[in-house]
Formats: sequence, structure tokens, C-alpha cells
Amino acid sequence: MMLRRPTALLLAGLLAGAVQAAPSSLVVCTEGSPEGFDIVQYTAAVSADASAETVFDRLLRFAPGGSELLPALAERWEVSADGLEYTFHLRRGVKFQRTPWFMPSREFNADDVIWSFRRQIDPAHPWHKLSPRGFPYAESMAVGELIERIERLDEHRVRFVLRHPEAPFLANLAMGFASIYPAEYADRLLAAGTPERLNSQPAGSGPFIFERYEKDAQVRFRRNPDYWDGAPAIERLIFAITPEPNVRVQKLKAGDCQIALYPRPVDLPGLRRDVRIQVLEDEPLLTAYIGINTRHPPLDDVRVRQALNLAFDKSAYLRAQYGEGGASPAVAPYPPSLWGSDPTLAGWPHDPARARALLAEAGHAQGLKLSIWTRPGGGPTNPNPGIGAQLLQADLAAIGIRAEIRVLEWGELIKRAKNGEHDLVFMGWAGDNGDPDNFLTPNLSCAAAASGENQAGWCDERFDALLREARRTTDQAQRTALYRQALAIFHEQAPWIPLAHPREFAAVRRDVEGFVISPLGTNNFAGVRRAPANAPE
Amino acid sequence: MNTSSLASEPAWPSPLRDFCRAFARNRGAFAALLFLALLALCALLAPWLAPFDPAAQHRDFLLTPPAWLEGGETRFPLGTDELGRDLLSRLIHGARLSLSIGLASVALSLLPGVLLGLCAGFFPRLLGPSIMRLMDIMLALPALLLAVAVVAVLGPGLLNTVLAIAIVSLPAYVRLTRAAVLGEIHRDYVTAAKLAGAGRLRLMFVAVLPNCLAPLIVQATLGFSAAILDAAALGFLGLGVQPPSPEWGSMLAAARDYIERAWWVVTLPGLAILSSVLAINLVGDGLRDALDPKLKNLA
Amino acid sequence: MLSFLARRLGLLIPTFLGVTLLTFALIRLIPGDPVEVMMGERRLDPQMHAEAMHRLGLDRPLHEQYLSYLGQLARGDLGQSLRTRESVWNEFAGLFPATVELALAALLLAGVLGLLAGTLAALKRGSILDHGTMGLALTGYSMPIFWWALVLIMFFSVELGWTPVSGRLDLLYDVPPVTGFMLVDTLLSDERGAFLDALRHLILPAIVLGTIPLAVIARMTRSAMLEVLREDYIRAARARGLSPARLVFVHALRNALVPVLTVFGLQVGSLLSGAVLTETLFSWPGIGKWLIEAIGARDYPVVQNGILLIAALVILVNFVVDILYGLANPRIRHRQ
Repeated sequence: MMLRRPTALLLAGLLAGAVQAAPSSLVVCTEGSPEGFDIVQYTAAVSADASAETVFDRLLRFAPGGSELLPALAERWEVSADGLEYTFHLRRGVKFQRTPWFMPSREFNADDVIWSFRRQIDPAHPWHKLSPRGFPYAESMAVGELIERIERLDEHRVRFVLRHPEAPFLANLAMGFASIYPAEYADRLLAAGTPERLNSQPAGSGPFIFERYEKDAQVRFRRNPDYWDGAPAIERLIFAITPEPNVRVQKLKAGDCQIALYPRPVDLPGLRRDVRIQVLEDEPLLTAYIGINTRHPPLDDVRVRQALNLAFDKSAYLRAQYGEGGASPAVAPYPPSLWGSDPTLAGWPHDPARARALLAEAGHAQGLKLSIWTRPGGGPTNPNPGIGAQLLQADLAAIGIRAEIRVLEWGELIKRAKNGEHDLVFMGWAGDNGDPDNFLTPNLSCAAAASGENQAGWCDERFDALLREARRTTDQAQRTALYRQALAIFHEQAPWIPLAHPREFAAVRRDVEGFVISPLGTNNFAGVRRAPANAPE
Repeated sequence: MNTSSLASEPAWPSPLRDFCRAFARNRGAFAALLFLALLALCALLAPWLAPFDPAAQHRDFLLTPPAWLEGGETRFPLGTDELGRDLLSRLIHGARLSLSIGLASVALSLLPGVLLGLCAGFFPRLLGPSIMRLMDIMLALPALLLAVAVVAVLGPGLLNTVLAIAIVSLPAYVRLTRAAVLGEIHRDYVTAAKLAGAGRLRLMFVAVLPNCLAPLIVQATLGFSAAILDAAALGFLGLGVQPPSPEWGSMLAAARDYIERAWWVVTLPGLAILSSVLAINLVGDGLRDALDPKLKNLA
Repeated sequence: MLSFLARRLGLLIPTFLGVTLLTFALIRLIPGDPVEVMMGERRLDPQMHAEAMHRLGLDRPLHEQYLSYLGQLARGDLGQSLRTRESVWNEFAGLFPATVELALAALLLAGVLGLLAGTLAALKRGSILDHGTMGLALTGYSMPIFWWALVLIMFFSVELGWTPVSGRLDLLYDVPPVTGFMLVDTLLSDERGAFLDALRHLILPAIVLGTIPLAVIARMTRSAMLEVLREDYIRAARARGLSPARLVFVHALRNALVPVLTVFGLQVGSLLSGAVLTETLFSWPGIGKWLIEAIGARDYPVVQNGILLIAALVILVNFVVDILYGLANPRIRHRQ
């Protein structure tokens, strides 16, 4: 008896899908193929959109279009006075998705939470070794060192015990890597000897059920009729994988998709003129920067790094790269809209004469040779990598630095930049939990310098101590004061050329309602609906 | 002897003169040759002909349309690209790059190709078949894919582009030379030379090779145009000559983003590639017809 | 005939072995460390690195590695993609039909139009039609197809909106992959209009990919036709008063097809080269795009065995063409 309703709904969904251009379908032109669907193995936003934001759910979630924390699979939680113990009260009656590859026999409970975390942090867990790439997010955020243990209090209560207080901990639990998997499914896969299926046939408790993935072509989802927060209005969600931004725009105009993610700034004027299309924009937590490898002499000399900052014509870069209003110039590692920023901090001006003088002072009046590393295709922080590299090259030439551009495929670039092979590298960072620490520790701490994530290889004791202190403080005003001191050191030491805080854009057809850009760089379609077909297009 | 009296004598059936006459009769080929000469001149004199440094960025003139369009600037007759660089200057300097890549890779594959082909033809026991198997292996890989693989090994760049294309086009020369050698080796003049005691090297280079030149010249011309196309394709895939070098293919790759806004950055580099490759192929056709009417059947 | 077949087959084996040697060497020459690629973002200490090298057998002498590679191939094991963990064979098999569909459409276009144009040009030798056709053919032959694709997209898709910009099908049609050939799958599904939509998606990529083969076939047909038309039996037939149309299409064309067939064989390689560019430009999910991306991402097993599969394909097609050629032309069969 219990089964009948969902089945009927499912049938209705199938029938509706057969009618062409049913307004309950949503086609989204996305920017790339997901790397896989076992999201804890990946860090790319495109993978998160296709799994964490659709198939999965977390204990907490971010408010749509914001970074405020809301309850999700955890209905409420308590934090102990010393900030070391977090007790979560889990939502009851949450059903996992029914799919051809997994029919759940029980509802969501504490075992699923424990499985999802222990798998990533406990080397003795049977699933720990089964991730060929490890758990990059959990590892880079040192979650394993942070969590001392996870206790099951009863079926609907879990307690996390930390080794030290961690201000951003709750926000971290809303991030993709904290997705909750059905432990029952994992057990069955392991028993069947096919653990790799977890990556290709995902199942979770999220708003959309994974249907099919065709590499480089599409990902198809249908709505989860049992979703605890109400089934989405969209019955079919289709990601049309379209890596070229101009093609995404062309397809949107042709009506082949209703949402085009990340249009390039150059295409915006044309899109704004089109009455059928609405351009959404937001100021996301994005920073584009050039990492200066401080391990490579003469870049270990702060004067040379300052000279590079002075040499680069940031306003020309912003105009050519992002167009009018496409971005604001960056001074610090995170945008001024985030708390903990310092409005009094002024960026380095464009002053080639002073740059030359500094270079001469550092003993490089006769010039230098450097390498500029960048990637081939564009992304939100760097829409057109070729342009940026060539502008930098020309500006450096003006102060007597001969720079050679090396274009490396993204994965290769990240890996070799981690090894510290570059001199200058174009990078970007998308904040994913709305905490300043999320920009500083992963990119500029000494630990990150050791692991290579800090492409500048920059390790400043004073700066690092400030970050540590701020992480252990819960009071936001106190933390702000600490971060302002840290930013001053960052500015003076110049391990980066901070470039820009790009605005983020999405172009949608007029009949799409309820889509909001998240400042955290993810895209969620659970709240999207399409206006009735007779509405003006 | 007086030269003027020589000129007035009835012409000897000189192969060169025959060839020139035959070639000049082919109007298309002749016009193409003139165009190529012009292009080569542009390439040679690029620094003096081009109005600007091809890498100079005029940052207040991003994507300026060609001079004859609204919003155009007379300083930039063909407009500017996304970094405000003068398109005309880049095209002129690009001719230099493309032609030299073409020439260099033809030279680099012609010489070893001919040598290997001669060996393959003259040593039919062991060396010949092994060389030919090697060539079969290389031919089993699609040229562009092989070139991409070679660049993946060597890294992108001008020199490696040349090398990759040279390697890819090697089998054509080897096969052609071998076939030509096999065609010539049983001719009477070769047997005669052999009987007269000519050594193997002398046979290879003095007796046989000159008689295989006609198809090789034609193939080299075709190889020249193919090299320009391949270099552009590699550049387009981002694996060839690196920015800011104004290579036509990589210019096109950068222009892809402006397909709706700036047709000139998309159209002009492609036209440059097409017209130069077409001209070379026309000359190649003309050469083939003039050198050896029998070859007309080769596509 | 059998001995002819056996001889040809015998030649295939060393070539194929050579290709395996080439792909084996290629992967070891590409700079970069496969273990690091595999580990991706994970931090790697020297001990873990050594363990992984050992597990992959990368610490053994080269000849042993090669032999075990051959052994794997013999068992039909093509390894796993480092990026997706999917078996290389599965990825290939999933994407290959898209490439074949595109290539067949291109060849069909090129074959029909090329034969027609070549025949007409040969019949009207020296006329404006002849010169025009051959001029166009040479232009097509000289075409940088990645630019040609851009121009066609700019005009037909962006300017006029007649054809879709990219992809194989409007995704609102839910057509599950059965054969992998979109034209077939759309017919098998009960989505109305999907077949025509798939056709609309196919047309521009097929034109782009077919341009160069079309030019080659037109030129080839013309010269083969001219040759055949000179032959005695045609003259005799003409003298007997056979109708010119019948003469051309029944007798001459059939004989002219033989050299054209060879061109088909020779074009497979360049067709795949073209497919790399065409697929990249039209976001066509085929093997050309797959391989280019794998090379960029240093996905070793995909590069190695993807190239191997393509080479095997080229070798096979050439073999079949050889056989057909031998069948069509007994002189070749017996000469060697």
C-alpha cells in the first residue's frame, strides 16, 4: 500500500516527460562534465552541482542565494560551552531515493551520518581505501585532525567531538563533501563487490534522483517525489554539458536550454538586449589572483613582488577580461562584501616607474626572466585565460621582465603549481562557506605552503599565527580585528597579485522562476519552476 | 660563343624550358604562384611592412572593426583583436610564421624521407620491409592525432610544431621515393650504370634519385600546404605556436569567443590560411601537370 | 583468393604489434608521472608513491612491462580511465557510435556529391562547369575545416538560426542510448520529431567533416572517369550506339569506382583527424574529442589504448578496402 503513491507519481512523471517541451522540464547548459558522482572524491564545482546539489543532502544547508545556515537533515543542534561538542538532532521520516540500483529498506538515521564522515576520516574504515583519489576536501581542510570522534547517541542523535574549537565547523557541514550517503546502499555495494558503482549510480536523499549520464553530452535527473522539503516543481532536470561559453549563450537564445551558466562578460550586452532572456547577477565569493612563487628567487624578495604588483595595469585587465561592470578590482584575498574585510586597505597603484625603481633596488635593473602559467579554457574567475596572460606579459615587458607564457591543462596546472614549478600562476578561489578563513587558510597558511595548495609557497609566521588565533575565536568582532591585521601583512608582503572579484552571471529564459545565483559557487535547482506555457516568453 | 646567336637557334628540347612553358600555360597555377610570391615578400619584409608590432596592445581600441565599417579606425585597416592588437600586422607576421613552419617541416621530412625511401628501395631484403612496416605503423595513426601525441611528448611551441608535422608527413615521402625507385631500378640505364661498375651510393644518388624528382617535388608542394593546415590545426587546439605569436590557427582559437560580436577576428585569419593553402595547392597542381602528365591521375 | 587474404592478414600482425610498441613508448615519453595523475589532489609521500608504482608494475624492467601490457591486451583488458575510473573500453564503446555516425554521414555526403560532381566535370571536360567544379574542389581540399565550421556556425546557426549550435539532439527529447547511433535511437524511441531533430543536429558537422573527402572524391572521380572514357570498350560501346546516360552510369562509373574506393580507404585516417576538430567545434561527444581531452589531462590508459583502438580501426578499414579492391580487380589479386 505504501508503495502505490510514489509509483503513481513516477508514472505521471514519465508520461509528462514524453510530451515534448513540457514546461516541467528544465534544461540547464552547464560548463563541463562532472568528474563523477561520489562527490567526496572531487572538488570541482561542476561535479558538486551534479551530485551534492541534486542527489544529496547535508545536515545543514545554506540559504538559497546566501551563506546563512539553515537546518536540513539535522533539525536542530547544540554546541557545548567549550565549543568542542556538537550534538545534532536528526530529521525523522527522511526517505532515501528509490532507484533501479538501490531500493532502501529503512529511513535516514544516525548510521548514515556516521558512515558518511567516518569513511573520509578513519583510515581503518573499509571504504577509506576505496577512494582512488582520496578525499581531497576533507584532507585539505584537515577534518580528520579536527574531529576526535563521532558518537551515535541514539537513532536520531549524533555527537561530533572536536579536538579544538573551530569557528567555521557548522558552515563546513553544509559543504558538498559533508553530503550524507545511505549506509545501507554502501553495504550492499561492498557485499556485491562493486564499490565503484557508488560513483556512477549515486543515491541520496536530495531533491533530484539521478537517471542517466552520457559523458560530454548530458546528465538527467528526475524529481524526488519523497523529498522531505517537498518535491521540486521541475519534473525533469537535464544538464546539457556545453563547455564553450559562447555556445551556451547561443543555445539559450535558440531555446535549447532555459538556463545558461557562466556566460562570458563579452556576451552580456547581447543577452541584455534579448527580451526573452533575463540576466541574473550576483557578487559571489570569488577572487581571481596571480600567485607569485616566493620559493623561486628572486621572487623571495618582497621588493620584486611589490614591483610586479605595481607593474600590472589592473584596470586594463578588468576591462579586457570582464568588461564594464563585470568585476571589481581585488585588494585582498576575499571580497569586501565578506565580513572581516578592511575598507581602508588600498590596492597597489599602476606605477611602472616605481616598479622599475624597486626592481633596480633589488638588484635587477638589467631585467629578469619569468614564466607565466595559465590554463586553456576559461572559468568564472578567469573567463579568458589567454587575454590575462598576454596583458601581464606586456606589462612586465614594460619594466624589463621577459615573461614566457605556458598554457597547461587545468588538472596538470594545479598539480605542477602544487609542486611549485611555476613563477607566476593565474588562479582563482571560490569561497564555499562564507567564512574569511575559507579564503586564507587553504591558500595562504604555512600548512598550505607545505602541501602546495598555497601556490605562492608563502609562509609568514606572523600571518599564520593570526589565522590560527582567529580560527579558535568565536566572536566575530574579535576575529575581524585579527583578520585586518593579517590582511595588512598580506598586502605588504605581496605573495599574490590580487586581480578581481568577478561578478557571477547566469542567463535564464524569462519563463524560469525561482533560480538564484549562490555566492558560494554552486547551483541548486530544487526551487526552480517554469511559468505556464501561455505566459509571455 | 655568342649568347645571342644561341638564343636564336631552334630551341633544344630542354626539360626545364618545356616545364616552364607548360607551367605558364596553366593560368590558375601561374596566378597562384604570383600570389605566393607576394605572400613570401610580405613574410620576408614583415617587420617593415606591418604598421605595428604584432604584439603591441592598444588598450583603448579593443575589438575595433575594420576601417571601412562604422567605428573603424584608419590606423587599423583590418581592425583589432580582443587585446587591441592590429589585425593586419598580425596577419602579415603570421604569414611569416606559417610559411616558415611549412618550409621547415617539409625540409625536415623530405630529407630523411627520401633517404629512407632510397634505402627501402635499394635493400629489398631486410631493411626495406622493416622501413615500410614502420611507415605502415605511422600511417595507422590519424595524422592530427599523431601530431598531437608528439606535441604532448615534446611540449607545445614553434619548434615542436615543426617537428611534429615533419614526423607525421614522413611516410608519404618514404613511400613515394620507394615506389619511384622500384619503378626505375630495372630500367636499362640503371642496369647499364651497374654494369659500368657504379657503386650502390652512386646508383642511388646520381643515377636513380634525379629521375624520381618529379613526384617528390609535387609531393613536397602538397606537403607544404598540408603542413600549414596542420600547424594551424595544432594552433587552434592550443597545442601549436604559443601566444602572443600571431600564428593564424591560434588567432582563430582566440577569436572563437567573439563569433557573435566581431566577425573580422574570426574571418580574416581563416581566409589567410585558406588563400595561402589554396595557392600552394594550385601551384602543386600546375607543377604536377607540367612535370609529368602521367601523374595527373593522382588526386 | 585465400592466399591473398592470408598474405594481407600476415602483414597486419607486425603492424599492429608495432602500434602497441608505439603507444607503449608514447606513454612513457610523455612528461609527467602517472601515479601523481592518478592520485589527483591527494598528497603523496615517497613511500605511497613507490607502493603505487609497484602496484602498477611501473618499477619493473621495460621489456617485462611491455610483455605484460601485451598480455593485458590479449585478455581484452584495456585498463581504466584515471579520471573517471570507467573502463577504457566502455568509454570508447559509448562514444564511438557518435563518431561513426558523423563519419558515415560525412562520407555519404562526400560520396554522393563527389561522384556526381566528378562525373559531370569529366563529361563536360574543359567547360566552365568543369573548371568551376574543380576550382571548388581544390578550395574544399585546401579548407581549414575548423575555420569552415566557425563560418558555417556563424552564418547558419547564429545569424539565421536554421541549425542547432551543437550537440546531437535537443535534450528535451528523452532518448536513451540503445545503439548509440542517434538516428537509429530516435527512431526506436517513441519521441515524435526526435529523428528530424537529430538530423538537424547532424547536418552542419557532416558538411564540415565531409568537405575534404568530397573534394578528393570529386577530383578522383573526374580523373578516373576521363581514363575510363578513353578505354576501348567504352568507345566500342559508344560506337554500338549505347545511350550516353546508360554508358556513363552503368559502365564507366562502375569502373571508375575502383580507384575511388581506395580513396575511401585512405580517407579513414584523415577523416578521424577531421573528426577530432569537428567534434571539438560542435561539442559532438565522440572519440576524437575524448582523446584530445585525455591527452591534455594526461589520462594515460585512455591515451594509450584509445590511440591503439583507433589505429586498429584504421588498419582494419584499410584491410577491408584492400580486400574489396582485390575482389573488384583480379589483376591486383594475382599480381603480387
